[in-house]
Amino acid sequence: MDQVKDHATDEAMLERRAAIAALLARRPDDLLVVPGLGSTTYDLASLGDDERNFYLWGAMGGAAMIGLGLALARPDRRVAVITGDGEMLMGIGSLATIALQAPKNLAVIVFDNRHYGETGMQESHTARAVDLPAVARGCGFSCAFDVADARGLSDLAAQLTGFSELFFARVRIAANEPPRVLPLRDGVELKKRFRRAIGAG
Amino acid sequence: MTESAWPDRLFETIKRADIRQVGYVPDAGHARLIERCKADPAIRDVVLTTEEEGIALSAGAWLGGQRAILLMQSSGVGNCINMLSLTRICRFPLVMFVTMRGEWEEFNPWQVPMGSIVRPSLELCEADVKRVTRADDVVPTAQAAFQKAYGSDSIVAVLLAQELIGRKQWTK
Ligand SMILES: Cc1ncc(C[n+]2csc(CCOP(=O)(O)OP(=O)(O)O)c2C)c(N)n1
Ligand SMILES: [Mg+2]
Repeated sequence: MDQVKDHATDEAMLERRAAIAALLARRPDDLLVVPGLGSTTYDLASLGDDERNFYLWGAMGGAAMIGLGLALARPDRRVAVITGDGEMLMGIGSLATIALQAPKNLAVIVFDNRHYGETGMQESHTARAVDLPAVARGCGFSCAFDVADARGLSDLAAQLTGFSELFFARVRIAANEPPRVLPLRDGVELKKRFRRAIGAG
Repeated sequence: MTESAWPDRLFETIKRADIRQVGYVPDAGHARLIERCKADPAIRDVVLTTEEEGIALSAGAWLGGQRAILLMQSSGVGNCINMLSLTRICRFPLVMFVTMRGEWEEFNPWQVPMGSIVRPSLELCEADVKRVTRADDVVPTAQAAFQKAYGSDSIVAVLLAQELIGRKQWTK
């Protein structure tokens, strides 16, 4: 089931686990993924563990910048940051920093449920006024778009297999809470195995 | 060597340490070093909107196999505290160069509250804090910082004292 009813709006919207599965169904070998703390880390883990994932359990606001450092260090790989609206808002200035650097191998994708899901589903700024693709464009992203349906997801999935330009995507998802899938929490181990998996040490 | 050449000597030390990304929020005390980094095609200079971005940037760089440093003034240290959890829990190596304000011949009292707690704040974050007051000590201290950080996967902060940088000109 790709869509569920959003609890706040009663609209049928993309379901987060179906969305992550669709995005990474044909994950290419060269795609490194940095999720944000909380739900997007669980979403990624729900697909099965992978050493090319750098799960976050903290560092709120830092996901996109970790993606930038990684993308600049590894022009031979592609990097997808897949984070939540709350996490992105805390590091919103990083969109300006990233747009200035414009690495061709970085995608910033926000799973926008318009809420702080992890902490009890309080409304976030995107529920009212903040339009994240507009913010990204205002920060200098020349490519920033919305994904709201299955068609959009499959286009984005295709893009992840071979993009060659920095882009920002907001995936509009329902504010539902699937059961947590908890991956490895040991930071040193996450770091070491990630570096080993990509031949960085 | 003249006193004023320490930023150039520090730049050479950074090059020898194979630093490939330099994150910074500008500070007058770092102006020359930033200029040198920007002019070097082998170094990616990343201007940040807030210093904590640099902590995450350097973690990402290391995940990809590159070394990054951070340049900031003392007030920026306060912006980094929670993000340093990432560095600590994963034991990412990190060297930061902090130009001090609020400690010596400071005209602006608003620099004092953060400047006065830079060392204890960083030490609470498990950083080794090394302070430099003389130009001749900049290079050996930086070398020791790189060796320690990359040799033991830890955080080293080099504080560049206000005596070293000189008095800020308030009227032109
Ligand atoms: C600095 C900091 N402030 C607050 C929190 C608590 N916190 C953890 S997750 C989260 C919200 C995440 O919201 P979002 O990124 O939108 O994720 P989702 O809605 O998908 O769960 C918050 C506020 C934290 N971990 N760190
Ligand atoms: Mg959310």
